[in-house]
Formats: sequence, C-alpha cells, structure tokens
Amino acid sequence: MFVGSVIIRTCRRKGCDMKRRDLLKNIILFIPVSGAFRATIQAAQANSDLNGYHPENHYYGMGIEVAKCIGCGKCIEACKIENNVPREPFFFRTWVERYIIKKDSSVAVESIHTGGKQPKETIEEKDILRSFFVPKTCNQCANPPCVQVCPVGATFSTDDGVVLVDRDRCIGCRYCIQACPFGARYLHPQTRTADKCTFCYHRVVKGLLPACVEVCPTQARIFGDLRSRASELVRFQRMNKIHVLKPYLNTEPKVYYSGLDGVVN
Amino acid sequence: MPKKVPEQIIRLGIVISIIFGSVALTLYLLPPALKDKPFHRRSTILAETAKPIQFAGSNACADCHDDKYQQKKTGYHRNLSCETCHGPAAEHAADPITIKPFVARERRGCPTCHEYDPSRPTGFPQINPTIHNPLQPCVTCHNPHDPVPPRTPEECAACHAGIVRTKAISSHALVACTTCHTVPEKHKITPRIIRPTKPETRDFCGKCHAKGAPVVDAPKIDLSTHWEKYVCWQCHYPHLPAERL
Ligand code: HEC
Ligand code: HEC
Ligand code: HEC
Ligand code: HEC
Ligand code: HEC
Ligand code: HEC
Ligand code: HEC
Ligand code: HEC
Repeated sequence: MFVGSVIIRTCRRKGCDMKRRDLLKNIILFIPVSGAFRATIQAAQANSDLNGYHPENHYYGMGIEVAKCIGCGKCIEACKIENNVPREPFFFRTWVERYIIKKDSSVAVESIHTGGKQPKETIEEKDILRSFFVPKTCNQCANPPCVQVCPVGATFSTDDGVVLVDRDRCIGCRYCIQACPFGARYLHPQTRTADKCTFCYHRVVKGLLPACVEVCPTQARIFGDLRSRASELVRFQRMNKIHVLKPYLNTEPKVYYSGLDGVVN
Repeated sequence: MPKKVPEQIIRLGIVISIIFGSVALTLYLLPPALKDKPFHRRSTILAETAKPIQFAGSNACADCHDDKYQQKKTGYHRNLSCETCHGPAAEHAADPITIKPFVARERRGCPTCHEYDPSRPTGFPQINPTIHNPLQPCVTCHNPHDPVPPRTPEECAACHAGIVRTKAISSHALVACTTCHTVPEKHKITPRIIRPTKPETRDFCGKCHAKGAPVVDAPKIDLSTHWEKYVCWQCHYPHLPAERL
C-alpha cells in the first residue's frame, strides 16, 4: 500500500508516464522510509505497553551469600508457585544444593527436596569436614550458550539482561537444555517447551523483587540493578570477593557468589 | 488459434507473481511472531510481563496489618517476609474478606528453618524438635511475629549445636566452653554484634598443657619446642583435640 501511494503521488506530479527508472528509485526510497516509520511505531508501542518501564535503563543480576543460606527451601517453593512450575521435585527454575565434604575428602552433593535417600541421612556427622548449602538458578549469562544453539531463535536476551524463552516459537527440541552448562533449563511437561528462571521478569518490571528473593529469610539472595549505584547488589559486589560458576566457560554469568567453596561447580 | 503471448510478458508475469506471492506470504500466511525479531521479542516480553503476581511483596501487608508489621520490624524475624510463612497473598490483599492466606499454626511450620541440620551455618538458632518442648505448638511459647525465646537461652547448643555435639565426645568434654571463650550475656541476644573472645596465644593452652601446669590429667608438651612457630589450633581442633595431623 505504501509503495502504491508513493508511486501514485509521483505519478501525479509527473503526469502519469512513470519510467521504470522512477519506479526503481521509489522502491529503493521506500525501504529506509518504511524502516524509520516502523521504528517510530515500535518505540511508541514499547513505552505504552510496559507502563513507562524502560528496559534499556536497567541491567539485572543476583548476588548469593553462601554462608547465609540455611537450606529451608522457601525460595524453591515460592518460585514454583509464582511461575507455575510443576510441583514434582525434578522440575525447578531455582534449586538449592547441599554440599558435604567428608574427612576423606570425598564430596557428596544433593539437590535438597528431591525425595529418596539423601546423603544427609547416610553420612554420619562425625565424618563431615564441612558442609553448606548453595542456592542456584539461571545465571542469565551475558554471553548465553543457550541462545546461541536455539535453532528457531526462540530464546534471547532482553535489554535489561534477562534471558527469556518465547513459548510460541519454541519447538521443544531440548538443544538449549543440553547447552546450558549450569542445568538451569527443563522441559515444561504441559507446554512441552523449554522453561527457565526469568528473574521473575513480570515482578521486576513492576518494581517487585523476584519471588525467591522476597521470601528468603536470611537475605542470602540479593537482587539488584547493576546500572544503579544505589543498588544493594553493587554494594555486595564492592564489599565481597566475588566468584561466578564455571568462569572458564566465558559465559559471563550474572549471578555473583560470595564465599563460594572451590568444590562447587 | 489464440495469439501467442510474447515471451517477455510471460517472464514479467512470473517475476510479478513471485513478488506478489512472497508479499502475500509474509503478510497473511506467516504467524506474526515469525516475521521479525524485535516484534516477536516484544510479544514474548509482553506475555511474560502479563503473568499474574502471586506474592504481593513485603510492603503490601503493612497498610492493613500494621500491628504485625510493627511487631516484626525489630524482632528476630525482621528479615522474613510475611509471605515467607503465610504463602502467596496477593489475592488476599486484593480481596481480604473472601480469600484468606495460609496460617501454619501447628509445629511443622517452624522446624523447616529451625530444625538442627549440620549443613546450616553455625550461630543460626536451631533446635531438636523431638526434645524441644514436644507436643505443644511453637506459637504457644514464641510469638511468630516477634519470636523472643521466653528466656535467654543459657546453652550454647541453641545456636552452636554442631560444636557442642563434637566437643561432648572429645577429650575436652569436661572443659567448659566458657573456659576458652568469654561470652558476654548480650551475645545470646545479638550474637552477630556482640562476639565472644577466642584464645589468642599459645600460652592460653599452655595453662593446662605446658610442662609443670597444674592440671594433672592434661597431657603435657614443651611449649618452647612443640611447633613453636604456630598457634595450637592450626593443628589441633580445640573442639575435638584428639584429631591431629
Ligand atoms: C486491604 C487490606 C488487607 C491487606 C492489604 C492484607 N490483608 Fe490480611 N487480612 C485483612 C482482613 C480484613 C483480614 C480478616 C480479618 C478477620 O477475618 O478477622 C485479614 C486476615 C489475614 C490473615 C489471617 C487469616 C486467618 O485465617 O485468620 C493473615 C495471615 C493475613 N491477613 C495475612 C496477610 C498478608 C501476608 C498480607 C500481605 C501480602 C495481607 N494479609 C494483606 C486485610 C488485609
Ligand atoms: C515466622 C513465620 C511468620 C511470619 C514471618 C509472619 N507470620 Fe503471621 N502468623 C504466623 C503464625 C504461625 C500465625 C498463627 C499465630 C497463632 O495462631 O497464634 C500467624 C498469624 C497471623 C495473623 C492472624 C491473626 C492472629 O493474630 O492470629 C495475621 C493477620 C498475620 N499473621 C499477619 C502477618 C503479617 C502481616 C506478617 C508480616 C508483617 C506476618 N504475619 C508474618 C507466622 C508468621
Ligand atoms: C523461613 C525461615 C523461618 C521460619 C519458618 C521460622 N523462623 Fe524463626 N528465625 C528465622 C531467622 C532467619 C531468625 C534470625 C536468626 C538470626 O538472627 O541469626 C529466626 C529467629 C528465631 C528465634 C530467635 C532465636 C534466638 O534466640 O536467636 C526464635 C525463638 C524463632 N525464630 C522461633 C520461630 C518460631 C516459633 C517459628 C514458627 C512460628 C519460626 N521461628 C519460623 C527464620 C525462620
Ligand atoms: C513450652 C514452651 C515452648 C515451646 C512449645 C517451644 N519453645 Fe522454643 N523455646 C522455649 C524456651 C523457654 C526457650 C529458651 C531457653 C532454651 O534454650 O530452651 C526457647 C528457645 C527457642 C529457640 C532459640 C534457640 C534455643 O534453643 O534457645 C528457638 C529457635 C526455638 N525455641 C524454636 C522453637 C520451635 C521451632 C518450636 C516448635 C517446634 C518451639 N520453640 C516450641 C520454649 C518453647
Ligand atoms: C542466640 C544464638 C547464640 C547463642 C545462644 C550463642 N551463640 Fe555464639 N554465635 C552466634 C552467632 C550468630 C555467631 C556468629 C557466627 C558467624 O558470624 O558466622 C556466633 C559466634 C560465636 C563465636 C565466634 C566469634 C568469632 O568472632 O568468630 C564464638 C566463639 C561463640 N559464638 C561462642 C559461643 C558460646 C561459648 C556460647 C554459649 C555460652 C554461645 N556462643 C552462644 C549465636 C549464638
Ligand atoms: C579448649 C578451648 C576451647 C573450648 C573448650 C571451646 N572452644 Fe570454641 N574455640 C576455641 C579456639 C581456640 C577457637 C579458634 C579456632 C580457630 O580459629 O581455628 C574457637 C572457635 C570457636 C568458634 C568459631 C569458629 C568455629 O569453629 O565456628 C565457635 C563458634 C566456638 N569456638 C564455639 C564454642 C562452643 C559453643 C564451645 C562449647 C561447646 C567451645 N567453643 C569450646 C577454643 C575452645
Ligand atoms: C582447662 C584446661 C585445658 C585447657 C585450657 C586446654 N586443654 Fe587440652 N586438654 C585438657 C585435658 C584435661 C585433656 C585430657 C583429657 C583426657 O585425656 O581425658 C586435654 C587434651 C588435649 C589434647 C590431647 C587429646 C588427645 O586425646 O590426645 C590436645 C591435643 C589438647 N588438649 C589441645 C589443647 C589446645 C590446642 C588447647 C588450647 C586451645 C587446649 N588443649 C586447652 C585440658 C585443657
Ligand atoms: C604444627 C602442628 C602443631 C602445633 C602448632 C601444635 N601441635 Fe600439638 N601436636 C601436634 C602433633 C602432630 C602431635 C602428635 C605427635 C606427638 O605426640 O608429638 C601433637 C600432640 C599434642 C598433645 C598430645 C601429647 C600427648 O602426649 O598425647 C598435646 C597436649 C598438644 N599437642 C598440645 C598442643 C598445644 C597446647 C599447642 C600450642 C601451644 C600445640 N599442641 C601446637 C602438632 C601440633
């Protein structure tokens, strides 16, 4: 339609004997003009739909203070309720691992709340050298391998640094689940599409904390905006020695750990 | 006999129909989400942000439950969100009369956090639910919104159960915690701020273990030659001293 109107206008101006050359010129002209037109519409829509929230002004990350975690599992529970994650223990967007390093230096790791015989019950306390909990979730990598492998482009990073999955586009091929070095994705049994932590994107854009951070009783989880000086997360990064999981993979995780033990991976 | 259509016209017709065909394809046949990146991303972002909120957040309850809010603010449970215990309550906040949040009045609710577990950080208040005042709900003695213990816990085991258990079966079983740590009474109320002392010198252990020290049943070492460059607890775990290199 747009092409048509440009042509007609040119037509009128020149008296309707448009040359092939003119037609080509107009078509070439049409491309940048329509691009600019669409960009304006898009920008206008983006602002109206997110209620004045500007993703480009934010960049989110999470901090985890390992020594504060008491392994109560409230975060896992809240995440499941908030995000419709199936209740069965093997589906989760966030989880908590119990590490037990024994005196013979063997290491036992378990995801808490998975049912079955847990190492906690089979290992005697006197054999424990040290033990602690490590909360884990999607690292919202700045350089996400899951996004690279998706064959249909269904997963992508938002401007504010969160990796999302498009449920309409995802074909459930599980490439991303395989590609994630942290095991942060699973196939949702009802939708048959990949599902993962979104930092509770629907809460964050409204100024609320992710559900897991909201319910954490000891502030072992810290959520914040890496672009804001006044953010708790930036203070956390300033005051602590920070580690990320599997740094050698260069995925640039945005979940930052303080007090992370060397055996954790 | 029909007039032959010139070949140029046929070719032009093919080109035009390809153009129109592909325009029609992109306009009408492909689902909108497949057409271009920013648009399909935006539809995902909109779908994502439209999800309903279950947890109203810690400030949402203050308006109507100011009493509980004020009570909790300064107590031990100040870092707990209301919804940590009461579960998701956004629906209740929107319609408080018909929808009531979950209230865990039985004993089960509290041990999720307070049952003794060796993986929990030392200092976190932990109890053994089978022996800590059994059968009565926890809330008969502790206000969940301001859970002061009815009296200051005397036993270090309340918060250092792992260490107490370890020491109880060690050769230091008869050496009281307070022999080695001076514990201000306030440590049991604000433990992270008021801290006990810890032994600082080799001479401290020497009071019992140096040659000629008065404690008869403590095995003796020569302080001046027994690994004199190190403090004792670099090798001996003071809460289980029988273990060594
Ligand atoms: C709009 C006001 C309002 C807000 C906001 C509100 N409540 Fe309530 N809440 C009430 C009223 C009214 C009752 C009913 C009191 C009654 O029935 O005696 C109630 C009752 C409760 C009860 C007791 C239920 C029972 O079975 O006895 C709990 C627990 C509770 N609210 C928790 C919360 C939490 C947690 C929040 C924050 C997410 C919250 N409320 C926000 C008004 C509110
Ligand atoms: C440690 C868990 C915990 C937290 C945190 C907590 N509650 Fe409660 N709440 C309880 C329990 C347990 C009861 C039941 C008390 C009883 O039966 O005596 C209760 C009862 C209530 C009731 C019912 C009224 C009553 O006195 O019986 C209201 C209302 C309530 N809570 C609101 C809140 C609000 C608002 C907050 C946040 C400021 C909050 N609670 C935080 C555990 C908690
Ligand atoms: C979600 C975890 C959680 C739940 C559930 C919970 N608490 Fe707590 N409780 C805490 C935290 C965190 C502290 C503060 C510990 C600290 O200061 O190191 C605490 C402190 C306490 C203390 C103070 C202990 C002391 O002397 O330092 C008591 C008593 C207590 N809780 C009782 C209860 C009771 C009773 C319930 C059940 C109604 C309950 N708690 C449920 C997390 C929880
Ligand atoms: C009969 C009253 C009573 C009941 C019921 C009760 N407690 Fe206590 N609790 C006390 C007293 C008294 C203290 C402080 C002295 C002590 O250490 O025993 C205390 C202390 C605590 C402490 C602080 C650490 C400690 O051991 O001193 C925690 C945590 C605690 N209780 C949790 C609970 C939980 C969880 C329940 C329910 C499973 C519960 N209490 C049931 C009376 C009670
Ligand atoms: C109400 C709970 C509570 C009680 C009761 C308690 N503590 Fe503590 N204690 C703590 C906490 C919390 C810490 C800090 C742990 C940390 O920083 O990791 C701590 C730390 C310590 C430390 C280490 C201080 C340091 O600077 O490293 C010592 C030693 C200690 N406690 C001894 C004792 C002794 C001995 C008793 C009994 C007389 C006792 N505590 C009773 C909660 C308690
Ligand atoms: C023989 C002396 C001695 C006795 C008895 C003793 N401690 Fe200690 N404790 C020490 C020394 C020495 C350290 C410092 C260890 C180090 O820095 O490696 C320490 C460290 C600690 C710490 C902080 C480090 C840690 O391991 O968590 C706590 C908490 C603690 N003691 C609690 C206790 C409690 C509770 C008791 C009683 C059950 C007790 N201690 C009995 C000597 C003692
Ligand atoms: C109040 C006196 C006293 C103090 C202070 C003391 N000990 Fe001991 N210690 C004893 C006694 C008594 C025994 C022997 C108990 C037995 O054999 O039944 C002992 C045993 C030991 C043993 C031998 C364990 C074994 O079974 O072979 C070591 C090692 C030891 N203590 C280290 C230390 C260190 C390190 C310190 C300083 C942090 C220390 N002790 C402080 C009284 C003390
Ligand atoms: C470099 C490590 C090291 C340091 C530091 C050290 N010890 Fe020992 N200690 C040992 C070893 C190894 C043994 C066992 C071998 C032996 O019997 O000589 C031992 C044995 C002992 C015994 C048992 C002796 C017996 O006859 O059973 C005592 C008591 C003891 N140490 C106390 C201390 C005290 C007190 C200090 C600090 C003044 C200290 N140790 C510092 C390594 C150390």
